[in-house]
Amino acid sequence: MNYHWNWRIFWEPAPDGTGTYLDMLLSGLLVTIEVAICAWIIALAFGSVVGVLRTLPSKTASGIGFAYVEFFRNMPLLVQLFLWFFVLPELLPSAWGLWMKQLHNAPFYTAAIGIGLFMSARVAEQLRAGIGSLPRGQKLAATALGLTTAQTYRYVLLPIAFRIIMPPLTSEFLNTVKNTSVAITISLIELTGAARSMQEFSFQVFEAFTAATLLYLMINVVVVIAMRLIERGLAIPGYISGK
Amino acid sequence: MFANFDFDVIRRSLAYLFLDGMTFTLMLTGLAGLGGLVFGTLIALMRLSRFRLMGHIAGLYVDLIRSLPLVLVIFWFYFLVPYVGQWLTGASRPIHVGAFASSLVTFVMFEAAYFSEIMRAGIQSISKGQPAAAQALGLTYSQTMRYVVLPQAFRNMLPVLLTQTIVLFQDTSLVYVVSIPDFLGAASKVAQRDGRLVEMYLFAAVVYFAISSFASFGVRRLQSRIAIVR
Repeated sequence: MNYHWNWRIFWEPAPDGTGTYLDMLLSGLLVTIEVAICAWIIALAFGSVVGVLRTLPSKTASGIGFAYVEFFRNMPLLVQLFLWFFVLPELLPSAWGLWMKQLHNAPFYTAAIGIGLFMSARVAEQLRAGIGSLPRGQKLAATALGLTTAQTYRYVLLPIAFRIIMPPLTSEFLNTVKNTSVAITISLIELTGAARSMQEFSFQVFEAFTAATLLYLMINVVVVIAMRLIERGLAIPGYISGK
Repeated sequence: MFANFDFDVIRRSLAYLFLDGMTFTLMLTGLAGLGGLVFGTLIALMRLSRFRLMGHIAGLYVDLIRSLPLVLVIFWFYFLVPYVGQWLTGASRPIHVGAFASSLVTFVMFEAAYFSEIMRAGIQSISKGQPAAAQALGLTYSQTMRYVVLPQAFRNMLPVLLTQTIVLFQDTSLVYVVSIPDFLGAASKVAQRDGRLVEMYLFAAVVYFAISSFASFGVRRLQSRIAIVR
């Protein structure tokens, strides 16, 4: 291969004037983490509500939940981001649309909300599966004790369901982190975007992408270790993930 | 709200969108799905083999690919494939690789990691008695796999494999990042040429939604029909 390797490139100043190329990648990493956490909060909040809706006995409620999940699952994330970023401001009353277009950091908010809603459909499916995996007796016992539906979910079903689905939620969180890279298309400079601009400025393709790869691996390792500790603390003895 | 919409732009570009864009997307989905399945099965067999080293290598590959975002993998292969091609063919400079070949290699390599996990679960779901019986009949390892284990694993995992293919169909839209004209890329080109982002992106969303919903409906039906009663 006649590729010119130059690993010292990371300590050379980047043309965007914020410091070295390494600083550029690290600020991309920071954006990736910020977007992922914001998106994850949205995904958990909306996903929990929709996941519960889908398990309710009411046909209307589960129908709404089903429609929500289908809507967000059957479109590519990239298309969804384009809808939020390019299409939504045009469909709103013009004053609102203008406000959205002039919003500082619009790509950041769009990415956080768009990825959050996209992931919320997946969280909802996991939670539905978790609630569905509980023995029927749990719900029956709660009803027999005179708990209302809300109390049954609040005190009986959800505390166990969430603990059962911890492992799949970990991988959904990692998917959220990975999905932030799609926001490169609405010009958010997250980690992949930073590596891409480093490549465009310096022509050191493989160094830039190697560094980004290592940083992504690092996020994965940290998240997996942290979640394993949390899972161990929360595991229910006698259940699959418990001892 | 829709007053100053120009829906005619969609009609005018239909031929381009579907004959060029959608053909590219569907070809890529189909071939990458097949390639991913073949390589994924090989990787799964490696991981389950008695040779520890081979299992570790396959495991490392799967873990590496699965912890990277697809966008980054697309960039990697987009820039790497010409160099690998040069190395393989012994050319004097990085070879030119077409848009389709480049994205096909990317998606086959990427999907292989995901399909291998599905096939591994499928192979492990076969009861131990099956390969033991095959061995008792005197079948070799490859015969056992070909005639006994893999057909059952494939059948058990068919709904999951098809669901993964729907995900793949949606993921092919990400070739947008290296300006390859798949369906979304084609829509985006027309959108930017005519200044009609709203109409084109809404139309693209509707088309993706229709195809994915139809396909996942089909998978759900298939799942209930082929379920083996045990």
